[in-house]
Amino acid sequence: MGVIQFKNVGKTFGPRDSGFVALKDIDLEIRDKEFVAIVGPSGCGKTTCLRMVAGFENATDGVVSVDGTPIKRPGPDRAVVFQQFALFPWKTVYDNIDLGLRNLNVSGSERSSRIEAILNLMNLTQYAKHFPHQLSGGMQQRVAIARAYVLDPDVLLMDEPFGALDAQTRVVMQEELVRLARKNPRTVLFITHAVEEAVYLADRVAIMTRAPGRIKEVLDVASIRNAEDWDSHEKIEDVMDLESFVHLRTHIWRSLREEKAAQHA
Amino acid sequence: MNRQISFTQSILLGFLGLACFLGFWQGMSMSGLVSEIFLPSPVEVYERFMTLLDRRFAGATLPGHLAASFQRFAYGFLLAAAIGIPLGLLMGWYQLLDEIVSPLFDALRFVAPIAWVPFAALWFGTGIGGPIMIIFAGAFPPCVINAYRGAKFVDPRLIEAANMLGTPSRRVIMEVLLPSSVPSIISGLRVSAGLGWQSLVGAELIVASAGVGYMMVQGQANIQTHTVMAGMVAIGLVGLALDSALRGLERYIQKRRGLDH
Repeated sequence: MGVIQFKNVGKTFGPRDSGFVALKDIDLEIRDKEFVAIVGPSGCGKTTCLRMVAGFENATDGVVSVDGTPIKRPGPDRAVVFQQFALFPWKTVYDNIDLGLRNLNVSGSERSSRIEAILNLMNLTQYAKHFPHQLSGGMQQRVAIARAYVLDPDVLLMDEPFGALDAQTRVVMQEELVRLARKNPRTVLFITHAVEEAVYLADRVAIMTRAPGRIKEVLDVASIRNAEDWDSHEKIEDVMDLESFVHLRTHIWRSLREEKAAQHA
Repeated sequence: MNRQISFTQSILLGFLGLACFLGFWQGMSMSGLVSEIFLPSPVEVYERFMTLLDRRFAGATLPGHLAASFQRFAYGFLLAAAIGIPLGLLMGWYQLLDEIVSPLFDALRFVAPIAWVPFAALWFGTGIGGPIMIIFAGAFPPCVINAYRGAKFVDPRLIEAANMLGTPSRRVIMEVLLPSSVPSIISGLRVSAGLGWQSLVGAELIVASAGVGYMMVQGQANIQTHTVMAGMVAIGLVGLALDSALRGLERYIQKRRGLDH
């Protein structure tokens, strides 16, 4: 199972009465095996939401829980993929992926078969003995995704994972992630400021506003995706051309822009 | 204006400085303004140095004294590294330990190693224990400080990555803090070796059997200033060799880790 729940969650940095209110009244439930993307402008607190689920930050109000258990600290049931990869530079690809399994006390033979399977799935087999710095950004992020996926976590947390990649690599990675998520569904919380990426990947998209960070609107993309059969198109650009896709994208853009206009007024 | 200086030029300039220094020194000695005891000439020191290479003075030849000194130094230095590096890493990871140890450590490290001589002799004797303790006192602080800094300045994202993978503390220290601190630890070892080797003469003031410091003290007692100076030259040369060896190790490790780009 992997149900993420935000209940009246607030986060204030600094003193409670005079500090910076980063998040206010966040209510969101992410169902088991659901892929939810949060989009919003920089500084809206979307990454803070993810970091609270990861256990890197605590909520100052309300409760963040997974399967009903409030989150206290980080753990391998909630694997994180970071924007800057955060691979261990002195470990090979193989050893980077191995660390989490060793921590879980998985037996040696099972570890090697699980690592081989994930290397194969992510097209990394020939790079097993490479060090991160010998790989391109896209390849490094593949390793980071493999390192998270191999743990078979209830929840996968992705913090702008493709934000540091060039546009072409980004598209390839998005297609791969869709392939992976369809084949081996997990509960995913995906943070991004790229609207198209959110619409392409997610079952639902939550739109956040800034200062204080709130969830303005949650859009159900999955029902439209299924109704219009997006998955019959293999290439991302074909999906992005569909009228239903364009319509959703425009809706989100408008929603974000209204927010900006409201702030300037 | 900062003109690029080539490698050959840099070597030549270094030699120029050395030659000027030796020339001035030789000139002073030959002018007759100062007595030979007061300032032995470079030629004299060189001759004495060569003589001591195979003639015994104060119980051993110069290489013999150097070997005795180096052995003590190695024990003191390795002990400092073996205790200092783990302590520094632990202090960098466990806040509580840091709070408890840091004030004490910061006060003690300003006590010059030589100040420990009476207690070193009292507690560990004048055999091998006392001198090792003094070398240890010199070599220990840089080991601790650099391991500590290395552990404190680990990329916080790597700590987060280790935490989300459920890594226990012991493993975080061994597999994240330690490898990430290697460059800092190696430069700490270089400083540490330098300070330890410097403390050697002080350490050997209390040794009664052998060692370069002991040889120099005996030279002083016999009013053989050229022997004292030959000892100084030997200490300088070995120190230089030690430093370049550790510098080489530093470069080798950087290269092996592939992090030097």
